[in-house]
Amino acid sequence: MIRVENLGVTFNRGTALENRALRDINLSIGKGDFVTVIGSNGAGKSTLLNLLAGEISPGSGRIFIGGVDVTSWPVHRRSAVLARMFQDPRAGICEDMSIIENVAIAAARTAPRGFRFAITNDLRQIAVERLSMLGLGLEKRLHDRVALLSGGQRQALALIMATLGTTQVLLLDEHTAALDPAAAELVMNLTREIVQKFGITTVMVTHSMRQALEFGTRTIMLHQGQIILDITGAERASMTVEQLVRMFRRKEGAEISDDQLLLT
Amino acid sequence: MSLYAFTGALETGLAFALVALGAYLTFRVLDFPDLTVEGSFPLGAAVAAKLMVSGVDAWTATFVAGLTGCLAGFATAFLNRKLRILHILAGILTAIALYSVNLRVMDRPNIGLINMTTVYTPFEQLGVPSLYAPMVLLAIVVVVAKIAIDLFLGTGFGLAMRAAGANPRMAEANGIQVGRMIVVGLAIANGLTALSGALFAQMLGAADVSMGIGVIVVALAAVIGGTALMPSRAISMLTLACVLGSILYRIALALALSSNAIGLTASDVNVVTAVLVAVALWTPVRKSSLLRRPGRFK
Repeated sequence: MIRVENLGVTFNRGTALENRALRDINLSIGKGDFVTVIGSNGAGKSTLLNLLAGEISPGSGRIFIGGVDVTSWPVHRRSAVLARMFQDPRAGICEDMSIIENVAIAAARTAPRGFRFAITNDLRQIAVERLSMLGLGLEKRLHDRVALLSGGQRQALALIMATLGTTQVLLLDEHTAALDPAAAELVMNLTREIVQKFGITTVMVTHSMRQALEFGTRTIMLHQGQIILDITGAERASMTVEQLVRMFRRKEGAEISDDQLLLT
Repeated sequence: MSLYAFTGALETGLAFALVALGAYLTFRVLDFPDLTVEGSFPLGAAVAAKLMVSGVDAWTATFVAGLTGCLAGFATAFLNRKLRILHILAGILTAIALYSVNLRVMDRPNIGLINMTTVYTPFEQLGVPSLYAPMVLLAIVVVVAKIAIDLFLGTGFGLAMRAAGANPRMAEANGIQVGRMIVVGLAIANGLTALSGALFAQMLGAADVSMGIGVIVVALAAVIGGTALMPSRAISMLTLACVLGSILYRIALALALSSNAIGLTASDVNVVTAVLVAVALWTPVRKSSLLRRPGRFK
Protein backbone atom coordinates (compact mmCIF):
# COMPACT_ATOMS: atom_id res chain seq x y z
CA MET A 1 0.00 0.00 0.00
CA ILE A 2 2.78 2.39 0.97
CA ARG A 3 6.24 2.13 -0.54
CA VAL A 4 9.07 4.48 0.28
CA GLU A 5 12.32 4.37 -1.72
CA ASN A 6 15.61 5.94 -0.67
CA LEU A 7 13.79 8.68 1.18
CA GLY A 8 15.97 11.42 2.60
CA VAL A 9 15.30 14.84 4.10
CA THR A 10 17.77 17.43 5.29
CA PHE A 11 16.59 20.53 7.11
CA ASN A 12 18.57 23.78 6.92
CA ARG A 13 20.89 22.33 4.30
CA GLY A 14 24.19 24.15 4.04
CA THR A 15 23.88 25.97 7.35
CA ALA A 16 25.35 25.38 10.78
CA LEU A 17 21.97 23.93 11.78
CA GLU A 18 22.03 21.30 9.03
CA ASN A 19 20.02 18.33 10.21
CA ARG A 20 19.64 15.09 8.26
CA ALA A 21 16.22 14.18 9.61
CA LEU A 22 15.84 11.07 7.46
CA ARG A 23 18.62 9.12 5.72
CA ASP A 24 17.89 6.84 2.84
CA ILE A 25 14.78 5.18 4.23
CA ASN A 26 13.35 2.15 2.41
CA LEU A 27 10.03 0.85 3.64
CA SER A 28 7.20 -1.21 2.24
CA ILE A 29 3.89 -1.45 4.07
CA GLY A 30 1.27 -3.93 2.92
CA LYS A 31 -2.44 -3.32 2.61
CA GLY A 32 -4.21 -3.48 5.97
CA ASP A 33 -0.96 -3.46 7.94
CA PHE A 34 -0.85 -1.49 11.19
CA VAL A 35 2.67 -0.21 11.72
CA THR A 36 3.77 1.44 14.96
CA VAL A 37 6.75 3.77 14.78
CA ILE A 38 8.92 4.50 17.83
CA GLY A 39 12.13 6.38 18.43
CA SER A 40 13.52 9.09 20.65
CA ASN A 41 12.94 12.80 20.08
CA GLY A 42 14.43 13.91 16.80
CA ALA A 43 14.66 10.37 15.46
CA GLY A 44 12.60 11.30 12.41
CA LYS A 45 9.20 9.84 13.33
CA SER A 46 7.19 12.99 12.69
CA THR A 47 9.28 13.81 9.63
CA LEU A 48 8.37 10.42 8.15
CA LEU A 49 4.69 11.02 8.84
CA ASN A 50 4.80 14.55 7.42
CA LEU A 51 6.47 13.19 4.29
CA LEU A 52 3.75 10.60 3.84
CA ALA A 53 1.06 13.27 4.37
CA GLY A 54 2.76 15.67 1.96
CA GLU A 55 3.37 18.48 4.45
CA ILE A 56 7.07 18.44 3.60
CA SER A 57 8.69 17.29 0.41
CA PRO A 58 11.68 14.96 0.41
CA GLY A 59 15.16 15.99 -0.63
CA SER A 60 15.62 12.63 -2.30
CA GLY A 61 13.68 9.44 -2.91
CA ARG A 62 10.12 8.61 -3.89
CA ILE A 63 6.85 7.84 -2.14
CA PHE A 64 4.23 5.50 -3.58
CA ILE A 65 0.73 5.05 -2.23
CA GLY A 66 -1.32 2.26 -3.76
CA GLY A 67 1.31 1.93 -6.48
CA VAL A 68 0.98 5.58 -7.53
CA ASP A 69 3.93 7.93 -7.23
CA VAL A 70 2.64 10.71 -4.96
CA THR A 71 6.01 12.33 -4.21
CA SER A 72 5.03 15.64 -5.81
CA TRP A 73 1.39 15.66 -4.66
CA PRO A 74 0.39 18.44 -2.24
CA VAL A 75 -1.47 17.66 1.01
CA HIS A 76 -4.95 18.31 -0.33
CA ARG A 77 -4.43 15.94 -3.25
CA ARG A 78 -3.13 13.06 -1.16
CA SER A 79 -6.08 13.45 1.17
CA ALA A 80 -8.29 11.60 -1.30
CA VAL A 81 -6.71 8.31 -0.18
CA LEU A 82 -4.97 9.35 3.00
CA ALA A 83 -6.20 10.76 6.31
CA ARG A 84 -4.38 11.79 9.45
CA MET A 85 -4.95 12.48 13.10
CA PHE A 86 -2.94 14.96 15.13
CA GLN A 87 -1.70 14.99 18.70
CA ASP A 88 -3.60 18.16 19.59
CA PRO A 89 -7.32 17.33 19.92
CA ARG A 90 -8.12 20.77 18.50
CA ALA A 91 -6.05 20.28 15.36
CA GLY A 92 -8.18 17.69 13.59
CA ILE A 93 -11.57 19.37 13.92
CA CYS A 94 -13.22 22.77 13.57
CA GLU A 95 -14.21 23.81 17.09
CA ASP A 96 -16.74 26.43 16.10
CA MET A 97 -18.66 24.07 13.85
CA SER A 98 -21.12 21.35 14.77
CA ILE A 99 -20.36 17.62 14.85
CA ILE A 100 -22.37 16.99 11.70
CA GLU A 101 -20.64 19.88 9.87
CA ASN A 102 -17.25 18.43 10.77
CA VAL A 103 -18.36 15.03 9.52
CA ALA A 104 -19.58 16.69 6.30
CA ILE A 105 -16.17 18.31 5.72
CA ALA A 106 -14.42 14.98 6.24
CA ALA A 107 -16.94 13.04 4.14
CA ALA A 108 -16.09 15.30 1.19
CA ARG A 109 -12.40 14.40 1.54
CA THR A 110 -12.71 11.40 -0.75
CA ALA A 111 -15.60 12.75 -2.84
CA PRO A 112 -16.15 15.92 -4.86
CA ARG A 113 -17.16 19.01 -2.89
CA GLY A 114 -19.95 20.89 -4.58
CA PHE A 115 -22.56 23.57 -4.30
CA ARG A 116 -25.23 21.27 -2.97
CA PHE A 117 -26.19 21.44 0.67
CA ALA A 118 -23.59 19.58 2.65
CA ILE A 119 -25.88 18.23 5.38
CA THR A 120 -28.12 15.73 3.62
CA ASN A 121 -30.17 12.85 4.99
CA ASP A 122 -27.64 10.42 3.56
CA LEU A 123 -24.85 12.16 5.44
CA ARG A 124 -26.87 12.18 8.65
CA GLN A 125 -27.42 8.45 8.26
CA ILE A 126 -23.71 7.79 7.74
CA ALA A 127 -22.81 10.06 10.66
CA VAL A 128 -25.23 8.32 13.04
CA GLU A 129 -24.07 4.90 11.89
CA ARG A 130 -20.37 5.67 12.31
CA LEU A 131 -20.64 7.74 15.49
CA SER A 132 -22.66 5.01 17.22
CA MET A 133 -19.61 2.75 16.80
CA LEU A 134 -17.90 4.95 19.39
CA GLY A 135 -20.49 4.28 22.07
CA LEU A 136 -20.13 7.86 23.33
CA GLY A 137 -23.60 9.09 22.41
CA LEU A 138 -22.20 11.60 19.90
CA GLU A 139 -24.75 10.40 17.34
CA LYS A 140 -27.43 12.07 19.47
CA ARG A 141 -25.53 15.38 19.55
CA LEU A 142 -25.09 16.01 15.81
CA HIS A 143 -25.80 19.72 16.10
CA ASP A 144 -23.67 20.39 19.17
CA ARG A 145 -20.61 22.51 18.63
CA VAL A 146 -17.40 20.50 18.79
CA ALA A 147 -16.02 23.07 21.27
CA LEU A 148 -18.36 21.47 23.82
CA LEU A 149 -16.64 18.06 23.53
CA SER A 150 -13.84 16.75 25.75
CA GLY A 151 -10.40 15.96 24.32
CA GLY A 152 -11.17 12.24 24.17
CA GLN A 153 -14.51 12.83 22.47
CA ARG A 154 -12.85 15.13 19.94
CA GLN A 155 -10.21 12.55 19.07
CA ALA A 156 -12.92 9.90 18.79
CA LEU A 157 -14.82 12.19 16.41
CA ALA A 158 -11.60 12.89 14.49
CA LEU A 159 -11.09 9.12 14.20
CA ILE A 160 -14.53 8.70 12.65
CA MET A 161 -13.81 11.64 10.31
CA ALA A 162 -10.45 10.19 9.30
CA THR A 163 -11.89 6.79 8.40
CA LEU A 164 -14.85 7.96 6.28
CA GLY A 165 -15.29 7.27 2.60
CA THR A 166 -12.66 5.46 0.60
CA THR A 167 -9.77 6.21 2.97
CA GLN A 168 -6.99 3.68 2.44
CA VAL A 169 -4.19 5.04 4.61
CA LEU A 170 -4.43 6.47 8.12
CA LEU A 171 -1.55 8.38 9.72
CA LEU A 172 -1.64 8.77 13.50
CA ASP A 173 0.72 11.30 15.02
CA GLU A 174 0.77 10.47 18.75
CA HIS A 175 -2.97 10.93 18.65
CA THR A 176 -3.52 9.87 22.26
CA ALA A 177 -0.52 11.67 23.81
CA ALA A 178 -2.52 14.72 24.88
CA LEU A 179 -5.32 12.71 26.51
CA ASP A 180 -5.72 11.47 30.08
CA PRO A 181 -4.99 7.71 30.50
CA ALA A 182 -8.62 6.60 30.42
CA ALA A 183 -9.43 8.65 27.33
CA ALA A 184 -6.19 7.54 25.67
CA GLU A 185 -7.09 3.89 26.18
CA LEU A 186 -10.61 4.46 24.88
CA VAL A 187 -9.35 6.19 21.73
CA MET A 188 -6.65 3.52 21.17
CA ASN A 189 -9.14 0.68 21.44
CA LEU A 190 -11.56 2.46 19.12
CA THR A 191 -8.72 3.06 16.69
CA ARG A 192 -7.81 -0.64 16.60
CA GLU A 193 -11.44 -1.66 16.19
CA ILE A 194 -12.29 0.78 13.41
CA VAL A 195 -9.06 0.40 11.48
CA GLN A 196 -9.49 -3.37 11.51
CA LYS A 197 -13.15 -3.18 10.50
CA PHE A 198 -12.40 -1.09 7.42
CA GLY A 199 -9.03 -2.72 6.62
CA ILE A 200 -7.23 0.64 6.59
CA THR A 201 -3.44 0.64 6.32
CA THR A 202 -2.24 2.50 9.41
CA VAL A 203 1.02 4.14 10.46
CA MET A 204 1.07 5.24 14.10
CA VAL A 205 3.82 7.29 15.67
CA THR A 206 3.97 6.86 19.44
CA HIS A 207 6.21 7.67 22.36
CA SER A 208 4.99 4.68 24.31
CA MET A 209 6.89 1.38 23.88
CA ARG A 210 3.95 -0.45 25.47
CA GLN A 211 1.50 1.04 22.98
CA ALA A 212 3.86 0.26 20.13
CA LEU A 213 3.88 -3.47 20.97
CA GLU A 214 0.28 -3.79 22.15
CA PHE A 215 -1.27 -2.35 19.02
CA GLY A 216 -0.66 -3.06 15.37
CA THR A 217 1.04 -5.80 13.41
CA ARG A 218 4.53 -4.42 12.96
CA THR A 219 6.87 -2.11 14.83
CA ILE A 220 9.73 -0.07 13.46
CA MET A 221 12.21 1.95 15.45
CA LEU A 222 13.87 5.05 14.07
CA HIS A 223 17.09 6.54 15.32
CA GLN A 224 18.91 9.50 13.83
CA GLY A 225 16.86 9.26 10.68
CA GLN A 226 17.38 5.57 10.05
CA ILE A 227 15.32 2.43 10.64
CA ILE A 228 17.27 0.48 13.26
CA LEU A 229 14.63 -2.10 14.09
CA ASP A 230 11.79 -3.64 12.09
CA ILE A 231 9.90 -6.48 13.78
CA THR A 232 6.75 -8.36 12.93
CA GLY A 233 5.03 -11.71 13.46
CA ALA A 234 6.34 -14.11 16.11
CA GLU A 235 9.43 -12.07 16.86
CA ARG A 236 7.22 -9.11 17.69
CA ALA A 237 4.63 -11.18 19.57
CA SER A 238 7.23 -12.49 22.01
CA MET A 239 8.88 -9.11 22.46
CA THR A 240 8.50 -7.37 25.82
CA VAL A 241 8.89 -3.67 26.52
CA GLU A 242 12.10 -4.40 28.47
CA GLN A 243 13.54 -6.41 25.57
CA LEU A 244 12.65 -3.63 23.18
CA VAL A 245 14.49 -1.12 25.32
CA ARG A 246 17.49 -3.45 25.59
CA MET A 247 17.47 -4.03 21.85
CA PHE A 248 17.39 -0.31 21.31
CA ARG A 249 20.54 0.02 23.41
CA ARG A 250 22.34 -2.84 21.72
CA LYS A 251 21.56 -1.69 18.21
CA GLU A 252 22.41 1.84 18.96
CA GLY A 253 25.11 1.31 21.55
CA ALA A 254 23.96 4.41 23.33
CA GLU A 255 22.24 5.29 26.56
CA ILE A 256 18.65 6.32 26.22
CA SER A 257 18.25 9.69 27.75
CA ASP A 258 14.59 10.01 26.96
CA ASP A 259 12.78 9.08 30.19
CA GLN A 260 9.45 8.78 28.48
CA LEU A 261 10.77 6.03 26.28
CA LEU A 262 11.83 3.94 29.30
CA LEU A 263 9.01 4.52 31.66
CA THR A 264 5.94 4.07 29.52
CA MET B 1 -33.42 63.22 15.31
CA SER B 2 -35.52 64.29 12.34
CA LEU B 3 -37.33 61.80 10.10
CA TYR B 4 -35.02 62.85 7.32
CA ALA B 5 -31.94 62.06 9.39
CA PHE B 6 -33.49 58.76 10.48
CA THR B 7 -34.30 57.55 6.95
CA GLY B 8 -30.86 58.71 5.88
CA ALA B 9 -29.28 56.62 8.61
CA LEU B 10 -31.46 53.65 7.70
CA GLU B 11 -30.64 53.67 3.99
CA THR B 12 -26.94 54.33 4.54
CA GLY B 13 -26.95 51.47 7.06
CA LEU B 14 -28.59 49.20 4.49
CA ALA B 15 -26.10 50.19 1.77
CA PHE B 16 -23.17 49.45 4.08
CA ALA B 17 -24.77 46.21 5.25
CA LEU B 18 -23.43 44.69 2.01
CA VAL B 19 -19.90 45.72 3.01
CA ALA B 20 -20.56 44.28 6.48
CA LEU B 21 -21.66 40.94 4.97
CA GLY B 22 -18.46 40.90 2.92
CA ALA B 23 -16.42 41.73 6.02
CA TYR B 24 -18.15 38.90 7.84
CA LEU B 25 -16.92 36.53 5.12
CA THR B 26 -13.35 37.79 5.26
CA PHE B 27 -12.83 38.66 8.94
CA ARG B 28 -14.97 36.02 10.58
CA VAL B 29 -15.30 33.12 8.16
CA LEU B 30 -11.87 33.21 6.48
CA ASP B 31 -10.03 34.91 9.37
CA PHE B 32 -8.50 37.21 6.75
CA PRO B 33 -8.53 40.90 7.76
CA ASP B 34 -9.16 42.35 4.31
CA LEU B 35 -8.53 46.08 3.91
CA THR B 36 -9.11 46.00 0.13
CA VAL B 37 -12.61 47.38 0.75
CA GLU B 38 -11.16 50.88 1.23
CA GLY B 39 -10.45 50.76 -2.50
CA SER B 40 -13.15 48.45 -3.82
CA PHE B 41 -15.99 50.54 -2.36
CA PRO B 42 -15.08 53.70 -4.32
CA LEU B 43 -14.15 51.45 -7.26
CA GLY B 44 -17.74 50.25 -7.44
CA ALA B 45 -18.97 53.84 -7.22
CA ALA B 46 -16.51 55.07 -9.85
CA VAL B 47 -17.22 52.29 -12.36
CA ALA B 48 -20.99 52.60 -11.99
CA ALA B 49 -20.88 56.40 -12.29
CA LYS B 50 -18.56 56.38 -15.29
CA LEU B 51 -20.68 53.81 -17.11
CA MET B 52 -23.89 55.67 -16.32
CA VAL B 53 -22.65 59.02 -17.60
CA SER B 54 -21.38 57.17 -20.68
CA GLY B 55 -24.94 56.06 -21.41
CA VAL B 56 -24.98 52.54 -19.98
CA ASP B 57 -28.19 51.77 -18.11
CA ALA B 58 -28.03 51.89 -14.30
CA TRP B 59 -28.64 48.16 -13.70
CA THR B 60 -25.88 47.02 -16.05
CA ALA B 61 -23.55 49.68 -14.64
CA THR B 62 -24.22 48.51 -11.08
CA PHE B 63 -23.69 44.86 -12.02
CA VAL B 64 -20.41 45.56 -13.82
CA ALA B 65 -19.28 47.64 -10.83
CA GLY B 66 -19.80 44.60 -8.61
CA LEU B 67 -17.70 42.46 -10.95
CA THR B 68 -14.80 44.90 -10.85
CA GLY B 69 -14.91 44.57 -7.06
CA CYS B 70 -14.38 40.81 -7.49
CA LEU B 71 -11.25 41.61 -9.51
CA ALA B 72 -9.97 43.79 -6.66
CA GLY B 73 -10.48 40.82 -4.34
CA PHE B 74 -8.53 38.58 -6.74
CA ALA B 75 -5.67 41.10 -6.72
CA THR B 76 -5.37 41.01 -2.93
CA ALA B 77 -5.65 37.20 -2.86
CA PHE B 78 -2.89 37.03 -5.49
CA LEU B 79 -0.60 39.30 -3.46
CA ASN B 80 -1.22 37.22 -0.35
CA ARG B 81 -1.15 33.69 -1.78
CA LYS B 82 1.30 33.91 -4.65
CA LEU B 83 3.65 36.65 -3.49
CA ARG B 84 3.32 35.68 0.18
CA ILE B 85 2.57 39.22 1.33
CA LEU B 86 1.00 39.61 4.78
CA HIS B 87 -2.80 39.70 4.42
CA ILE B 88 -3.32 43.14 5.94
CA LEU B 89 -0.55 44.61 3.82
CA ALA B 90 -1.83 42.91 0.65
CA GLY B 91 -5.19 44.61 1.15
CA ILE B 92 -3.58 47.99 1.81
CA LEU B 93 -1.49 47.67 -1.37
CA THR B 94 -4.53 46.89 -3.50
CA ALA B 95 -6.51 49.71 -1.89
CA ILE B 96 -3.78 52.29 -2.45
CA ALA B 97 -3.41 51.18 -6.08
CA LEU B 98 -7.16 51.42 -6.55
CA TYR B 99 -7.09 55.08 -5.56
CA SER B 100 -5.18 55.82 -8.77
CA VAL B 101 -7.27 53.33 -10.72
CA ASN B 102 -10.44 55.09 -9.56
CA LEU B 103 -9.08 58.47 -10.69
CA ARG B 104 -8.30 56.91 -14.08
CA VAL B 105 -11.74 55.36 -14.31
CA MET B 106 -13.50 58.65 -13.63
CA ASP B 107 -10.91 60.96 -15.30
CA ARG B 108 -11.54 63.34 -12.41
CA PRO B 109 -12.00 63.16 -8.61
CA ASN B 110 -15.79 62.92 -8.76
CA ILE B 111 -18.78 62.42 -11.04
CA GLY B 112 -22.20 63.85 -10.26
CA LEU B 113 -25.25 61.66 -10.84
CA ILE B 114 -27.97 64.18 -10.01
CA ASN B 115 -30.99 63.91 -12.32
CA MET B 116 -29.67 60.68 -13.85
CA THR B 117 -31.84 57.61 -14.15
CA THR B 118 -30.58 55.39 -11.32
CA VAL B 119 -31.58 51.94 -10.09
CA TYR B 120 -33.91 53.73 -7.67
CA THR B 121 -35.86 55.56 -10.39
CA PRO B 122 -38.26 52.67 -11.19
CA PHE B 123 -39.29 52.55 -7.53
CA GLU B 124 -40.08 56.23 -7.54
CA GLN B 125 -42.13 55.75 -10.70
CA LEU B 126 -44.04 52.94 -8.98
CA GLY B 127 -45.28 55.55 -6.55
CA VAL B 128 -42.84 54.96 -3.69
CA PRO B 129 -42.09 58.40 -2.22
CA SER B 130 -38.61 59.45 -3.34
CA LEU B 131 -37.49 59.62 0.29
CA TYR B 132 -38.14 55.87 0.70
CA ALA B 133 -37.32 54.57 -2.80
CA PRO B 134 -33.64 53.77 -2.09
CA MET B 135 -34.59 52.07 1.16
CA VAL B 136 -36.99 49.68 -0.57
CA LEU B 137 -34.48 48.56 -3.19
CA LEU B 138 -31.59 48.39 -0.73
CA ALA B 139 -33.65 46.32 1.68
CA ILE B 140 -34.41 43.85 -1.13
CA VAL B 141 -30.76 43.63 -2.22
CA VAL B 142 -29.51 43.19 1.36
CA VAL B 143 -32.05 40.49 2.19
CA VAL B 144 -31.21 38.60 -1.02
CA ALA B 145 -27.46 38.89 -0.34
CA LYS B 146 -27.86 37.78 3.27
CA ILE B 147 -29.93 34.72 2.35
CA ALA B 148 -27.55 33.86 -0.51
CA ILE B 149 -24.59 33.92 1.89
CA ASP B 150 -26.47 31.81 4.44
CA LEU B 151 -27.27 29.22 1.80
CA PHE B 152 -23.76 29.31 0.33
CA LEU B 153 -22.14 28.67 3.72
CA GLY B 154 -24.30 25.56 4.09
CA THR B 155 -23.07 23.97 0.87
CA GLY B 156 -20.09 21.65 0.59
CA PHE B 157 -18.05 24.51 -0.83
CA GLY B 158 -19.23 26.89 1.90
CA LEU B 159 -18.33 24.44 4.67
CA ALA B 160 -14.92 24.06 3.05
CA MET B 161 -14.48 27.84 3.16
CA ARG B 162 -15.41 27.94 6.85
CA ALA B 163 -12.96 25.12 7.59
CA ALA B 164 -10.22 26.93 5.63
CA GLY B 165 -10.64 29.95 7.90
CA ALA B 166 -11.18 28.11 11.18
CA ASN B 167 -8.44 25.46 10.84
CA PRO B 168 -6.32 25.67 7.67
CA ARG B 169 -4.18 22.62 8.48
CA MET B 170 -7.23 20.47 9.08
CA ALA B 171 -8.80 21.87 5.92
CA GLU B 172 -5.79 20.89 3.77
CA ALA B 173 -5.75 17.45 5.41
CA ASN B 174 -9.35 17.10 4.30
CA GLY B 175 -8.63 17.93 0.69
CA ILE B 176 -9.54 21.62 0.83
CA GLN B 177 -7.34 24.08 -1.05
CA VAL B 178 -7.14 26.91 1.45
CA GLY B 179 -5.66 29.32 -1.11
CA ARG B 180 -8.58 28.78 -3.48
CA MET B 181 -11.04 29.44 -0.66
CA ILE B 182 -9.32 32.76 0.11
CA VAL B 183 -9.47 33.77 -3.55
CA VAL B 184 -13.18 33.00 -3.80
CA GLY B 185 -13.99 34.55 -0.42
CA LEU B 186 -12.17 37.80 -1.18
CA ALA B 187 -13.79 38.00 -4.61
CA ILE B 188 -17.27 37.62 -3.14
CA ALA B 189 -16.60 40.08 -0.31
CA ASN B 190 -15.15 42.77 -2.57
CA GLY B 191 -17.86 42.17 -5.15
CA LEU B 192 -20.43 42.93 -2.46
CA THR B 193 -18.42 45.96 -1.37
CA ALA B 194 -18.21 47.39 -4.89
CA LEU B 195 -21.92 46.72 -5.36
CA SER B 196 -22.50 48.65 -2.16
CA GLY B 197 -20.33 51.49 -3.47
CA ALA B 198 -22.32 51.62 -6.72
CA LEU B 199 -25.66 51.67 -4.90
CA PHE B 200 -24.43 54.23 -2.40
CA ALA B 201 -23.14 56.60 -5.09
CA GLN B 202 -26.51 56.50 -6.87
CA MET B 203 -28.26 57.23 -3.60
CA LEU B 204 -25.88 60.07 -2.82
CA GLY B 205 -26.03 61.46 -6.35
CA ALA B 206 -22.26 61.37 -6.85
CA ALA B 207 -19.22 59.15 -6.94
CA ASP B 208 -16.13 60.52 -5.23
CA VAL B 209 -12.61 59.12 -5.16
CA SER B 210 -12.33 59.72 -1.42
CA MET B 211 -15.56 57.97 -0.44
CA GLY B 212 -13.71 54.81 0.56
CA ILE B 213 -11.94 56.33 3.54
CA GLY B 214 -12.95 54.55 6.72
CA VAL B 215 -15.16 51.96 5.01
CA ILE B 216 -13.29 49.14 6.75
CA VAL B 217 -13.87 50.68 10.16
CA VAL B 218 -17.55 51.09 9.46
CA ALA B 219 -17.79 47.46 8.29
CA LEU B 220 -15.94 46.26 11.37
CA ALA B 221 -18.19 48.33 13.61
CA ALA B 222 -21.17 46.53 12.06
CA VAL B 223 -19.67 43.02 12.20
CA ILE B 224 -18.12 43.24 15.66
CA GLY B 225 -20.87 45.31 17.23
CA GLY B 226 -23.65 43.28 15.63
CA THR B 227 -22.26 39.83 16.39
CA ALA B 228 -21.30 40.85 19.94
CA LEU B 229 -24.93 41.68 20.69
CA MET B 230 -26.22 38.49 19.04
CA PRO B 231 -26.38 35.57 21.47
CA SER B 232 -26.77 32.87 18.79
CA ARG B 233 -23.84 31.34 16.90
CA ALA B 234 -25.95 30.11 13.95
CA ILE B 235 -24.72 31.48 10.61
CA SER B 236 -28.09 32.96 9.66
CA MET B 237 -28.20 34.80 12.98
CA LEU B 238 -24.65 36.11 12.62
CA THR B 239 -25.27 37.48 9.11
CA LEU B 240 -28.48 39.05 10.42
CA ALA B 241 -26.39 40.58 13.20
CA CYS B 242 -24.07 42.13 10.59
CA VAL B 243 -27.01 43.75 8.78
CA LEU B 244 -28.57 45.02 12.01
CA GLY B 245 -25.16 46.13 13.26
CA SER B 246 -24.68 48.23 10.13
CA ILE B 247 -28.06 49.94 10.60
CA LEU B 248 -27.65 50.42 14.34
CA TYR B 249 -24.23 51.94 13.80
CA ARG B 250 -25.69 54.57 11.45
CA ILE B 251 -28.52 55.36 13.84
CA ALA B 252 -26.10 55.70 16.75
CA LEU B 253 -23.95 57.98 14.61
CA ALA B 254 -26.95 60.10 13.57
CA LEU B 255 -28.07 60.37 17.19
CA ALA B 256 -24.63 61.43 18.31
CA LEU B 257 -24.37 64.08 15.59
CA SER B 258 -27.94 65.41 15.91
CA SER B 259 -27.79 65.92 19.62
CA ASN B 260 -27.18 69.63 20.00
CA ALA B 261 -26.37 69.19 23.65
CA ILE B 262 -23.08 67.44 22.87
CA GLY B 263 -22.20 70.04 20.28
CA LEU B 264 -20.80 67.65 17.67
CA THR B 265 -20.82 68.57 13.99
CA ALA B 266 -20.50 66.53 10.79
CA SER B 267 -16.76 67.06 10.78
CA ASP B 268 -16.53 65.08 14.02
CA VAL B 269 -17.86 61.93 12.34
CA ASN B 270 -14.55 60.07 12.31
CA VAL B 271 -13.90 60.58 15.98
CA VAL B 272 -17.43 59.42 16.78
CA THR B 273 -16.89 56.37 14.56
CA ALA B 274 -13.64 55.50 16.27
CA VAL B 275 -15.30 55.79 19.67
CA LEU B 276 -18.22 53.62 18.58
CA VAL B 277 -15.89 50.95 17.18
CA ALA B 278 -13.77 51.05 20.31
CA VAL B 279 -16.90 50.55 22.39
CA ALA B 280 -18.01 47.69 20.14
CA LEU B 281 -14.63 46.03 20.52
CA TRP B 282 -14.61 46.62 24.24
CA THR B 283 -18.08 45.31 25.10
CA PRO B 284 -17.50 41.63 24.24
CA VAL B 285 -14.41 41.46 26.43
CA ARG B 286 -16.31 42.94 29.30
CA LYS B 287 -19.41 40.78 28.87
CA SER B 288 -17.84 37.39 28.43
CA SER B 289 -14.54 36.04 27.24
CA LEU B 290 -16.47 33.35 25.33
CA LEU B 291 -17.56 35.91 22.77
CA ARG B 292 -14.01 36.73 21.91
CA ARG B 293 -12.16 33.92 20.30
CA PRO B 294 -8.56 33.83 21.49
CA GLY B 295 -5.64 34.65 19.28
CA ARG B 296 -7.62 36.36 16.59
CA PHE B 297 -7.48 39.83 15.13
CA LYS B 298 -10.87 41.06 16.23
